[in-house]
Amino acid sequence: MATLEIHDLHVTVEADNATKEILKGVDLTVKQGETHAIMGPNGSGKSTLAYSLAGHPKYTITGGTVTLDGEDVLEMSVDERARAGLFLAMQYPVEVPGVSVSNFLRTSATAVRGEAPKLRLWVKEVKEAMERLNMDPSFAERNVNEGFSGGEKKRHEILQLELLKPKIAILDETDSGLDVDALRVVSEGVNRVRDTGEVGTLLITHYTRILRYIKPDHVHVFANGRIAESGGAELADQLEAEGYDKYVKGGASA
Amino acid sequence: MAEAQNIPGGSTTAGQIAVAAESTVATRMSAPPSFDVADFPVPHGREEEWRFTPLERLRGLHDGTAVATGDGVQVDVTAPEGVTVETVGRDDERLGRAGTPVDRVAAQAYSAFEKAGVVTVPKETVLTEPIRIAVHGRGGVAYGHQVVELGAFAEAVVVIDHTGDAVLAANVDFVLGDGAKLTVVSVQDWDDKAVHVGQHNALIGRDATFKSFVVTFGGDVVRLHPRVTYAGPGGEAELLGLYFTDAGQHQEHRLLVDHNVPHCKSNVVYKGALQGEAAHAVWIGDVLIEAKAEGTDTYEMNRNLVLTDGARVDSVPNLEIETGEIVGAGHASATGRFDDEQLFYLMARGIQADDARRLVVRGFFAELVQQIGVDDIQERLLVKIDEELEASV
Repeated sequence: MATLEIHDLHVTVEADNATKEILKGVDLTVKQGETHAIMGPNGSGKSTLAYSLAGHPKYTITGGTVTLDGEDVLEMSVDERARAGLFLAMQYPVEVPGVSVSNFLRTSATAVRGEAPKLRLWVKEVKEAMERLNMDPSFAERNVNEGFSGGEKKRHEILQLELLKPKIAILDETDSGLDVDALRVVSEGVNRVRDTGEVGTLLITHYTRILRYIKPDHVHVFANGRIAESGGAELADQLEAEGYDKYVKGGASA
Repeated sequence: MAEAQNIPGGSTTAGQIAVAAESTVATRMSAPPSFDVADFPVPHGREEEWRFTPLERLRGLHDGTAVATGDGVQVDVTAPEGVTVETVGRDDERLGRAGTPVDRVAAQAYSAFEKAGVVTVPKETVLTEPIRIAVHGRGGVAYGHQVVELGAFAEAVVVIDHTGDAVLAANVDFVLGDGAKLTVVSVQDWDDKAVHVGQHNALIGRDATFKSFVVTFGGDVVRLHPRVTYAGPGGEAELLGLYFTDAGQHQEHRLLVDHNVPHCKSNVVYKGALQGEAAHAVWIGDVLIEAKAEGTDTYEMNRNLVLTDGARVDSVPNLEIETGEIVGAGHASATGRFDDEQLFYLMARGIQADDARRLVVRGFFAELVQQIGVDDIQERLLVKIDEELEASV
């Protein structure tokens, strides 16, 4: 069973000619089949955790370990992490001019699966996955993220999630900027992948809204660069009622 | 109608749509067109038509100091049956009919060449194989002139292939009879030190179709000036181009489409990728719709993809409209970067860095490459693009 283990992770970022510590000792274990929601106020470091796990060059790991099934993730390049089974659905996926969605998906699937998918089966697989996400077939011929609406970008991220079948999926604020209909479609996509029991999900969100559609097994409150409190689904209800105030106050003086 | 994006540092994109009685296209040139080099002052670099060009790297083509060496270039023409291939003297009356030199180097070329090439496809002759004109540089200085003429309703594909090393100023005339269809692929695959300056003039007959494909990879300085005018209504011009500008290279494409008769079409699409320190691409797209050119339909676009820091693009579309009685007119220019975020996104989907770069650049050029229609050239371009990318990593 695939397991992502994060232990005492410290991460810094360079900003305004100064080094700033964003993550200050994160401990978290995500197992295949589990869903963890990471909730927290803006600026608490949630997204930094997501991008650090994916290997974004902007972030410097200054301490701690991250392993996937015992393999050292921090030693891997960005593409190696993806091929090892880590997937990050991004909050702001970038435009890639000149590369069509269909070409991108096939290149990506070829890289992650280690061989080119058989064309006929692949076309069918993509078509069905797109239909489930209410995506028009013409979408495949557009350039990656170019001119996509907020909702289209998120559907495209979840489409990749469904096709690449990672061991660990990190969803960074996938709910942000979505209307209720789009949120439902996207959440159903995530749930289809979760229902396979093959993926461990790390759901990063500011709002509790998405948790009505995607039920977490564990909820963690993220504040001031570390996990401030962990609990079950009931912790989300408490956050819904009380907000992040008590966590923010604790961290503001640090 | 106009769209212009700008990215900070190393790129300029300017766009202009002028609706004016006075032609800015004409007045932006420092001297009127002429076949005689003496009619053009030696440029000093601040003239509108020279301001992007590194004159000091033209090896004297612009100031009269570059003297033909006799071993400049070797030209070999391979043509299918039915095509007439000739080498003619300066006084041949078929020379210079498609256009007049508009700058000093084009006039220098016209004033200095000794022999010109004339390739003629008789009327109603439809070729199934391309005519190939191989221009191979042998390290010297050369001036040249080439004419390609299609009679009425003739159809042909011409590939002009520049390789080797040379300092070359040469003009090409394309004369299309009524209803003729000509596709020209001009490949600038020079060695690193070559300097190549030329004016390509097309005169498009009534209901004729001209398709030009300019592909520039090599050379130290390449500066081409494709120009189109129409001899009668119903003509169509499609000017497509791609360039891959490496560190230290200067590649400049200056286009003019002169809609001087009614009911003609033009479509211009140039795309360039740049990489490396001091890679410099210049694209000037002038479209003039004269007052009498009612029913004109025109569009021009330039796209640039900057792959690394240190490269510079100057892109200037310029559309000048003297009549409102047209079908359509528009232009667009955009310069974008392949940046670390795009690389991260693709790599986060398992794609290796080299493959990611190749994916982006091939995708960027693909729609143009597919339109060339000459298989061996298309293959060579894709191989070339991959080689360029490998050199950069």
